[in-house]
Amino acid sequence: MAPKTEAVGKTYPSVSYAVGREKVREFAGVVGEEDPRYHDVEAAREAGYADVVAPPMFAVVYSGGAIGPALFDPEVGIDFAQMVHGGQEFVWGAPVVAGDEISTEVEVKDISERGGLQFFVFESRSTKQDGETVCTGKWTNIVR
Amino acid sequence: MSALEPGQDLPELKVTPDKYLTYRYAGASGDFNPIHIDDEFAKSVGLPGRILHGLYMMSQVARAVGAAGDGPESLRRLEVQFRGMGFPEQELAVSASVKAVEDGVATIEAEAVQDGKRIIRKGQAEVRVE
Repeated sequence: MAPKTEAVGKTYPSVSYAVGREKVREFAGVVGEEDPRYHDVEAAREAGYADVVAPPMFAVVYSGGAIGPALFDPEVGIDFAQMVHGGQEFVWGAPVVAGDEISTEVEVKDISERGGLQFFVFESRSTKQDGETVCTGKWTNIVR
Repeated sequence: MSALEPGQDLPELKVTPDKYLTYRYAGASGDFNPIHIDDEFAKSVGLPGRILHGLYMMSQVARAVGAAGDGPESLRRLEVQFRGMGFPEQELAVSASVKAVEDGVATIEAEAVQDGKRIIRKGQAEVRVE
């Protein structure tokens, strides 16, 4: 069935996330990022950072809260029971450190149908308190 | 690592997520989708059991390709396609090879295999190497 595409172009209110030192350490530990700049304040400062640095995939943490409302938006119309994560892209900009405040905006980029599968593509753009872009994400979800 | 050449393979990354990894990743990431933390629920929707978070698997690809550079700001871009389910307590192996090096940025291709299945494919990364 062809999906409804009215939601393409829709944007959602910005969601902010305060990056905490222990959250960075927790995430880095769980995914196996062992570089001391992700864990140790002194090592991070010696490398020129204000505090521990978030590993790249920490983008999941600060942008996740903004992606959720778009995924669950009835106007987008995803059937969750049949949804799988099809693909993901992140492009990183300025580094994120503990103490940063990250704001993320999400847009519905594309809704399409190919080969009996529905593709829902979302774009997230995360900026920090000084306005610099820290990460853009392209989230592709497939509904079987 | 220095002087990367096109065609060069990066060291393979092998990791076996333990039985409780999906709970820790759910807590760390905020993704508590029950297909990752509840065997009964996972089975009720036709899965063999709890599956790994796709973004956890991607984080292992990020580690493997990030090893080509040095530290927090080396990984500039990573794109993957998820093409299968990953499970706890089975080894996940990430392989990666350098396609090009230009202006200090290596273009790297990667994939992840578990139990003989290529569950992450078409991984493409840009890593600053100098």
